[in-house]
Amino acid sequence: MNRLVATTTTTAPSAGPVAGSRTFLSRLNKGDEIARLITLLFAVSVVLVTLLLVFELWQGSALPRHKFGFNFFRTSVWDPIFDQFGALPFIYGTLVTAAVSLLIAVPLGIGAAIFLAELAPARVSDTLEFFIDLLAAVPSVIYGLLGVFIVIPLMREYIQPGLKNSLGFLPFFQGPAYGVGFLTAGIVLAIMVIPYIISVSREVLLSVPRDQREAALALGSTRWEATWKVVVPFARAGIFGSIFLALARALGETMAVTMVIGNTPAISASLFSPGYSIAAVIANEFTEATGDLYLQSLIELGLVLFLLTFILNGLARLLIVATSQKGSGTGRA
Amino acid sequence: MNPRLRWRKFVSNFMLTLTGVCAVVTVSVLFFILGYLVFHGGTSISWNFFTKLPAPVGETGGGMANAILGSAKLLLLASLLGVPIGFFGAIYLAEFSGSTMAFVVRYAADLLNGVPSIVIGIFAYGLVVLPFKHFSTLAGGFALGLMMIPITLRSTEEFLRAVPDALREGAMALGASKWKTIATIIVPAAYRGILTAILLAFARVAGETAPLLFTAFGNRFWSPGWNQPTASLPVMIFTYAIAPYEDWHRQAWAAGLVLLGLILVINIVARAILSRGIAVPRA
Repeated sequence: MNRLVATTTTTAPSAGPVAGSRTFLSRLNKGDEIARLITLLFAVSVVLVTLLLVFELWQGSALPRHKFGFNFFRTSVWDPIFDQFGALPFIYGTLVTAAVSLLIAVPLGIGAAIFLAELAPARVSDTLEFFIDLLAAVPSVIYGLLGVFIVIPLMREYIQPGLKNSLGFLPFFQGPAYGVGFLTAGIVLAIMVIPYIISVSREVLLSVPRDQREAALALGSTRWEATWKVVVPFARAGIFGSIFLALARALGETMAVTMVIGNTPAISASLFSPGYSIAAVIANEFTEATGDLYLQSLIELGLVLFLLTFILNGLARLLIVATSQKGSGTGRA
Repeated sequence: MNPRLRWRKFVSNFMLTLTGVCAVVTVSVLFFILGYLVFHGGTSISWNFFTKLPAPVGETGGGMANAILGSAKLLLLASLLGVPIGFFGAIYLAEFSGSTMAFVVRYAADLLNGVPSIVIGIFAYGLVVLPFKHFSTLAGGFALGLMMIPITLRSTEEFLRAVPDALREGAMALGASKWKTIATIIVPAAYRGILTAILLAFARVAGETAPLLFTAFGNRFWSPGWNQPTASLPVMIFTYAIAPYEDWHRQAWAAGLVLLGLILVINIVARAILSRGIAVPRA
């Protein structure tokens, strides 16, 4: 609408009877043109920076991509002295810690989101959401700090021995309790990603039309049945979106994981054993990487991380947008 | 009441209570973190922490004055890079651009927003550290600024779009040119939102550690100028927390308290600014 107004002013051919007013007009239009160009410059720089980032990751990892090819992802020897670089332990560690974190964070997060969206009065819900936003703002190094001094001792003294005594027959809960390891990293990650799951899921649940709830209740379902069998399935895609978002965060998370995972490039079925993640190895070894191949192998790990989060974030966005378009009503039963 | 119905009601109440428990548990984590940091950090924080350099390894005492100044310098640089690009880019998206260009810019911003912070560090390393041949405040500020761009851009754009078209049309009907409309009508109308967006972006990067590890690196002394490695609070917390010295742990807690306090205060202020009534009702 406003664009139309603007163009009519700019193209009006010598509308003013006085010459002075015409130059005045054209000066104004020039001002607009300059403003457009300046802001365009800033906007384009965002695109350029992003392209440059992708280009640099690709270019910077040329050596190991050519030398190791796909073996980079299949071998597990990480030996800078003999220039052997296989990323399998790091990929394994990243995936396992992310999986553990989701196992904990998804039920808790969705439960809390259901409470906030369906049960809590608006005031309570908004207050709790405010606290959850604050929780999301806590920097990861703080989580790492608490992980080192609270979670690790807790795991070593109580949780790991307890799990070993009760579920020790499973391969996941065997071996010595070091405190550090996959399980600890997964738990710390879970605490970090829960706020994302809650915030997005709550929004999606709130966008489910009110009549869905009312219809279910009118048919005689209990409050929980209406929620679990009608509202949640309606918002399913968006909830999955929030989970993908959380997964992307968990995969790329660096500091907290570096501080509690144990930093040992090993693959082990036991969640108690120390491991390593992609982000952690980059954080620890990047500044001391001597030799191009070593450094470039780390950059290739960065590229892997980038691609993983890129795909997951894209999927998440699609799912969230699809759900919020499906239900535009803001409703509470 | 038949037993089946009784069972269903029981399940309903039970599960709904359980969701409440989930919410309470999650929120209590925040208070636990806060309480623990205040308890541990509060006892180890002192005047020295803000005014002294780190003590030599092995000696107790000392502070993090250089890290506090380093963080301030890094954040200043980051804001100088991130805020203008985010702000003017958002104006372009909301007021000038066609849909194709807007899609491309938005897509790039979302992509940048999703990039793990450690990868941003790699990027800044290749772009700033390598050409200058050493770690520097400049490189760290660049990395953090990069992370501020998408957050500022996307939220500013949203707040600009929330300004009703009637305001734009009114200004133009009075003969104002487009840039004048933007500068005197639209931006002032959305300024609360824009300020919130910038503050939140600032708070987000204030705690970032990973992109600083191999850009700003670290320094146990003052870092003069912009072209030297510099200490920063988040990196200090990391180094001190994983070091084997009891006194360093104490200082890590103190630094954690200062950092978290700063970030939470900025967050609360930002939200307060916004909730004091958005100047513009949603169109």
